Amino acid sequence: MTEIISARGLVKTFGANRAVDGVSFTVGEGEIFGFLGPNGAGKTTTTRMLTGVIPPDAGTATVLGHDIRREPVLAKQDFGVVPETSNAYTDLSAWQNMMLMGELYGLPRSLAEERSTDLLKTVGLHGKKDQKVQAYSKGMKQRLILAMALVHDPRVLFLDEPTGGLDVQSTQMILSLLRDKNREGITIFLTTHNMEEANRLCHRVAIIRRGKIVAIDAPERLKMAIDRVHRIEVSFDREVPDEALGKVSGVAGVKRTGDKYVLDVLGRDAAIRSLVAFAGENNLQIVTLNTLAPTLDDAFLRLTQEGGP
Amino acid sequence: MNPESLPAQLRRAWAVAKKDIRIYYLKGPVLIFGVFMPVFLFLAFYMGGRDLPLSFLIPGLVGMTLFFSATAVSPAIFPWEGSAKTLERLASCPITIEAIVFGDMIASTLFGIGITVITVLIGVGVGLPVLHMEILFVALFFGACCFSAIGTLLAVPPTNIPSSIMMLSSLLKFPLVFISGIFVPLAQMPSWGVSLAAFSPLTYFCDLARYCFSGEHYFSIPVDIGLLALFSVVFMIATMFLHRRTMPRRL
Repeated sequence: MTEIISARGLVKTFGANRAVDGVSFTVGEGEIFGFLGPNGAGKTTTTRMLTGVIPPDAGTATVLGHDIRREPVLAKQDFGVVPETSNAYTDLSAWQNMMLMGELYGLPRSLAEERSTDLLKTVGLHGKKDQKVQAYSKGMKQRLILAMALVHDPRVLFLDEPTGGLDVQSTQMILSLLRDKNREGITIFLTTHNMEEANRLCHRVAIIRRGKIVAIDAPERLKMAIDRVHRIEVSFDREVPDEALGKVSGVAGVKRTGDKYVLDVLGRDAAIRSLVAFAGENNLQIVTLNTLAPTLDDAFLRLTQEGGP
Repeated sequence: MNPESLPAQLRRAWAVAKKDIRIYYLKGPVLIFGVFMPVFLFLAFYMGGRDLPLSFLIPGLVGMTLFFSATAVSPAIFPWEGSAKTLERLASCPITIEAIVFGDMIASTLFGIGITVITVLIGVGVGLPVLHMEILFVALFFGACCFSAIGTLLAVPPTNIPSSIMMLSSLLKFPLVFISGIFVPLAQMPSWGVSLAAFSPLTYFCDLARYCFSGEHYFSIPVDIGLLALFSVVFMIATMFLHRRTMPRRL
């Protein structure tokens, strides 16, 4: 896979605070790469270094083969940015903002008009294109920012919390557009707090804690990797003593929640077979049997908590 | 077209200038500092009873108008855009810092020239004809370029509070007005005053404006034009260099 974004040893210090401390990763062509971390972990600072907004104190970043410090204009020409805070010009209309972007990316006027019309229709703003942005809602502003970032048909898109605080309609519209653009071949670098969003959208995610990358993997592998002990939720047609369940082969722990038992097991397959045998031996009927996989939230919490792996 | 090439960057600078014109020309502080301030200063001196002839006062008003108007827009743009986060938008686009600064300077220069032309027309309207129109055009062009460069230079401190920059800008602008021969003719100044005035580009513009309206001048015309052009280039290079250094701290 062609390397589209590459960060090598990025460091950024603000006063005594080392916000980003030797961050390295690569993003391949066509990937949706999620960048997760708690507040203040260094996500936005990393994104701003990658997009050439602020210079790193050490390390290098390349986008589409162009070093962002040595060839910033060439690098920026082929990527679009949706920042954390909506930053369209509120004194201008949506159309004027789109035209400004077209000019800043060197598009011929007719092409900028054609793309702006299409994009504004896609994000549902074409009917209000001549209205000043200051009258827009937060969701409308964010959709406009996304349209502005796409007007030059970029090969890479950087998004920093693009759906933060938005209504369901705007969120779904943005996520759907991102999926479509990714299918068309755009590489996406997505910073988000929303684990569900990252889980459903990203091919790989990186988790950053206190300026350092603590894990990079596919969401499913990351979820599995954090816990060697798996959980099974089971309920029977009548009550069973905890001690009896604890003695079932492969069960490491038992916790009762309501009419169900949550079992910590070492291997799911062996434990399920043992439970079925246990039910048969004790003339019990299994009412429910669920395997509880760790969520990306679990992985995130485990990896970002103090003293985590 | 290579996006790094000079023509490509100049086109993008023009896009920035058009955006500035649409957004900032009618902002309150720009109108106060760029239009009302020189008018009221002029009126204060005109009605002050010093009985100065119009042929002296109008060139002074033209100088003051150009100076205040061309330095009214550019100092405020960077702090305004920094606080609105729109500067971050520009910083993530394929445009150099120099082109952003140049775009702001174009907007400022055009604002200065536009407002000053009105003042010139007022002068003509009250019966003071322009004797050297071509020199006035040259003077207006270099003067506006020079003062807009001063304006962007004032915005170098990386603060995103427009009022802080406006205060700094007033601290510099008012003393310059008083040492540049606007209200006291250079010929009547003591030698130390003339020496001080020589460091102000406004002095050379006022000298040229006076020549255009009355035929009188203190320095030779080529010296006035040459120094105004030199100040423009020096301030422009300085402001681009300094903004490149301070802009990351503003974002």
